[in-house]
Amino acid sequence: MKALYGLYVDAASAQRAVDALRVASSELKFDAQQIVIVSGEPHEGYDFTDSQATSSPYRWAVLGAVVGGATGYLLTTLSQKSYPIFTGGMSLTPAWTNGIIIYEMIMLGAILTTLVVLLIGAGLPNFKGVITDPEIGMGKILVGVVDPPENSRVELERRLRLAGAAQVKQSIL
Amino acid sequence: MQTTAEQIEQDLLRPLFHSSAKYWIAVALATSLLLAGVAAFAYQLYNGIGVWGINSPVFWAFDITNFVFWIGISHAGTLISAILRLTNATWRRPITRCAEAITVFSVLIGAIIPLCHIGRPWLAFWMIPYPNQRHIWPNFRSPLAWDFFAISTYLTGSTTFLYLPTIPDFAAVRDAATGFRKKIYRVLSLGWQGTPRQWQRLETAMHIMAVVIVPVAVSVHTIVSWDFAMTPVPMWHSSIFGPYFVTGAIFSGIAALILAMALLRKLLHLEEYLRPIHFENLGKLLLTMSLLWFYFTFAERLTAWYGNSPPEMAVFWESIRKQFAPLFWTMVVCNFIIPVPILAIKRLRTITGTAIASATVVVGMWLERFLIVVPALEHKFLPYSWGTYRPTWVEDTLMASSFGMMALLYLLFSKFVPMISIWEMKVGLQAHGGVPVVAAADGPVLAE
Repeated sequence: MKALYGLYVDAASAQRAVDALRVASSELKFDAQQIVIVSGEPHEGYDFTDSQATSSPYRWAVLGAVVGGATGYLLTTLSQKSYPIFTGGMSLTPAWTNGIIIYEMIMLGAILTTLVVLLIGAGLPNFKGVITDPEIGMGKILVGVVDPPENSRVELERRLRLAGAAQVKQSIL
Repeated sequence: MQTTAEQIEQDLLRPLFHSSAKYWIAVALATSLLLAGVAAFAYQLYNGIGVWGINSPVFWAFDITNFVFWIGISHAGTLISAILRLTNATWRRPITRCAEAITVFSVLIGAIIPLCHIGRPWLAFWMIPYPNQRHIWPNFRSPLAWDFFAISTYLTGSTTFLYLPTIPDFAAVRDAATGFRKKIYRVLSLGWQGTPRQWQRLETAMHIMAVVIVPVAVSVHTIVSWDFAMTPVPMWHSSIFGPYFVTGAIFSGIAALILAMALLRKLLHLEEYLRPIHFENLGKLLLTMSLLWFYFTFAERLTAWYGNSPPEMAVFWESIRKQFAPLFWTMVVCNFIIPVPILAIKRLRTITGTAIASATVVVGMWLERFLIVVPALEHKFLPYSWGTYRPTWVEDTLMASSFGMMALLYLLFSKFVPMISIWEMKVGLQAHGGVPVVAAADGPVLAE
């Protein structure tokens, strides 16, 4: 797998490069999914970042909380009924104390679900085909194309430079 | 001095590749303390828990004091970090990871202490609820079972809260490292690239975690307080113990955070990042908590005094005037008399000033935990069951080694993980229009 990319000093020029590559994808016959953007920090207020926004992690977290709470409820009530102990007049399955366990399980469910949803949503772990450049750590933004068509390499490089690339590089992943 | 993304990366990765002699001396000291504790624990395992000073009626003493103290210290990190994230306080950026690491390690230490107390830690699995032939089952009505769930949830949440924003920094170390170290960080970074999708998912996850972790943190120390409040022991059976403990926990946590930051600043040469403004802001928080702590301490004792119940008054006078009076008044001096003037006067609210105030608070809050546990257990309702407690060298050593363990874990962590979030500092640069900013002596430039 190969990648051709440009390095940009700011998010505005990176956005121009992304726009140029999106236009080029139809002209030069490659999939827009092949466009790759990598940065050392998040950037807000740009189309290439904001288009990734989603509200689904919140819904999943709520679902995880519900599952956690149900698990807590079953753990406390079923075990107290299966292993009854002398309660001195207290209810066999007291809501006050079971509520504390259920509360903690609700939170644990939300935490674990958030972690899993992040890993799946961000495609982690992924040890193959990681595209990176030492310049990213210095604040540059990488915008490029993975496996670009061989016959349009020169044209892509020209468009990347036109968008304001400080450098254009090629890497083998 | 120009502050650029490149400089941030170089400065914050430097401690991972180069360490000063001072750093290694600190590691050696912390290791010595920890090894002393390991030796004391081995002695305890061989001879039995009778080598401790605990007896009837003082079944809990140094161990539960240390347990409550370290769980309290854990409130420094995750809670403060989460609140500052939710309120979008930009000055939080250099301090969040220092704080979150304190949480994970202190909860870990806090969780180890009950294992020491049970005497035969190899049978600890008996506490895990699973069908068994011994007919042993956890009693979910017991606050100790609540502790298990609360601390497990808090440890899981805090570790996740620490790890998630560290993933991009692990990737930064991966890209800067070579050889075997590169392979380790490749695994730790999970193959992070830094695509817009990954950043978006990470920030959303951090927001959810910040929302979830605040009530978890509050519940943990409330439940720790219920270990006492649910027990019919004089001065324990109190409805304000929950908020009283949470306040004390945040108070001691902030103090520990300030001390850790002052230490890291010198050992890792992070003077340009951990600036006076951070200590001043945390100093203000510490001042607020000191006043709140005094309010709760006064309210708790006023209620007991006004009620004039003989069993409670026995404990009350033991603390205020008799056997424990020197410890009680030392606690008041450490938690209120010394820190309040230092933190209230702007001229004194310097890095040194806040560090001194924090050191006294850490001592004072350990004493507070001790004074909640021991005087009450020595003087229960029936005078014929009263007793005395004196700690032995084994308990003293285990207590000291818990501090050594904390210091060692923290120092080693700083050798493997950037103690200030690199990517969050770069986001701070963007707040200045994406252009390099000039560090000024009088302003919080890198504080962003």
